[in-house]
Amino acid sequence: MSPEIFISQIFNGLSLSSILLLVGLGLSITFGIMGVINFAHGEFLMIGAYSAFITQSFFIKYLSADLLGFYFFVALPVSFIIAAFIGFILEKFLIRFLYGRTYETILATWGVSLILQQLARNIFGANNVDVSSPTWLRGGITISEGLQLPYNRLFILAISTICIIGMYCFFYRTAKGRVIRAVMQNRTMSACLGVPTSKVDAFTFALGSGLAGIAGCVVSLLGSIGPSTGQNYIIDAFMVVVLGGVGKIVGTIAGALAIGISSSLFEFITTSSMGKVIVFSLIIVFLQWKPQGMFTLKTRKLD
Amino acid sequence: MLKIENINIFYGETQILRDLSLEIPKGTIVAVMGRNGVGKTTLLKSIMGILKVNSGKISYNDQNISKDPIAKRAKSGIAYVPQGREIFPYLTVEENLLLGLEAKVKKTYTVPDGIFELFPALKGMLSRKGGNLSGGQQQQLAIARALISEPQLLLLDEPTEGIQPSIVFEIENTIRFIKEQGNISVLLVEQYVDFALRLADTYSVIEKGSVVFSGSTKGISKEIINNHLAV
Repeated sequence: MSPEIFISQIFNGLSLSSILLLVGLGLSITFGIMGVINFAHGEFLMIGAYSAFITQSFFIKYLSADLLGFYFFVALPVSFIIAAFIGFILEKFLIRFLYGRTYETILATWGVSLILQQLARNIFGANNVDVSSPTWLRGGITISEGLQLPYNRLFILAISTICIIGMYCFFYRTAKGRVIRAVMQNRTMSACLGVPTSKVDAFTFALGSGLAGIAGCVVSLLGSIGPSTGQNYIIDAFMVVVLGGVGKIVGTIAGALAIGISSSLFEFITTSSMGKVIVFSLIIVFLQWKPQGMFTLKTRKLD
Repeated sequence: MLKIENINIFYGETQILRDLSLEIPKGTIVAVMGRNGVGKTTLLKSIMGILKVNSGKISYNDQNISKDPIAKRAKSGIAYVPQGREIFPYLTVEENLLLGLEAKVKKTYTVPDGIFELFPALKGMLSRKGGNLSGGQQQQLAIARALISEPQLLLLDEPTEGIQPSIVFEIENTIRFIKEQGNISVLLVEQYVDFALRLADTYSVIEKGSVVFSGSTKGISKEIINNHLAV
């Protein structure tokens, strides 16, 4: 493998990592704080992607062509808000009743996942739809002969970096973030101090869903989107959480980088399915050595 | 202030509290004593709302709070220092203290200085993680975190358990200070009889989930209580 190809594969891996990171972060916090394994999380990515599609269609239909290039800056918050809102509704009417019953959440959210996919099929049709990237994201920076870093992937990297920094500041620098971390560490004691834990749960679930929505919006830059778009990322995102360790942002970042880059490299060296097999085998071996993942939030007692 | 009337609590088939009644008048310290497993911690948890009573009534400021959720009780001015201290291990000392402010109706986000007059040791370790503190330091932090919300009723579960004498002495001074202020009632669960009798106005001894023996701590001899606590 020539160095150019190697670097461009690493770079593709990084943009995959940054998508996995946005998806994985939501999974990690909802599992960390509520013990909910959310199989419908991928569908929030899909919802985000379709939100981007709707925003673009709206721009094409109602606004002048000059503004079309800016649709993406509207699509990002729209994706976040729609996904977060649907997440909020899901938490209120289903997830809330399943707290502390982790295995049941898997079944229930899997069902929700199927329902949401079918809904998408009914509304948007079974075929994939295209969101065309803004023109200013076409092309890329040419580093050398045979090595070009595409603008859209750079842009994805920038968005997820901003999101991660934002989440970090939110969790570690604000009163609300402090409360969420407290609930994650000791739910009962948080309640004893007056923290409204059910509101914290709803908020956190909505936040995680919103992040997946942003991931979906970003994914729409890379190719066509369809009802099963979320399914392409959910398993990898779960692997990110398992590998990185639950409940720590740094773990999710490390897990996403490891899986994103190694997937990209192995899939290039071998074939795409063989690449997956190698990556997952390595994860299994690693988890034999460190069952808790790379980073863990150690608590004094397991309860 | 707090009135508990004939509460019963079951863990599955096992009955922990049997028709237990207890009253805490405003501004007083009530010591609850008893052997391990008689239901002292269960009593505190039921007042806080962590455990729901199966029957009976808990009233606080003449309101029936038996069905209220935990956070609502905390907001109404009940603060709890649990037996395991339950410090948030991955939050700093300062963050632990700030969480104590969550129960206050009027939100503020700075630790009031008054708390460091009571616990000067905490001032030097604000940025340390709660989980890295020693047992005694965690106990002081847990009490500080409870007091910071300016509660009307403080529930203390064995504050001297496993704590070195010098810190027990400091904790005793703190509780005495609270008593002199006169606006916080304290329910003190304790096995250390001398400590409890020095601080409390009245005492109640629990056996098999009911109060079997109670009275004023004035002129009580330690032996009488020890007879009840002896195995």
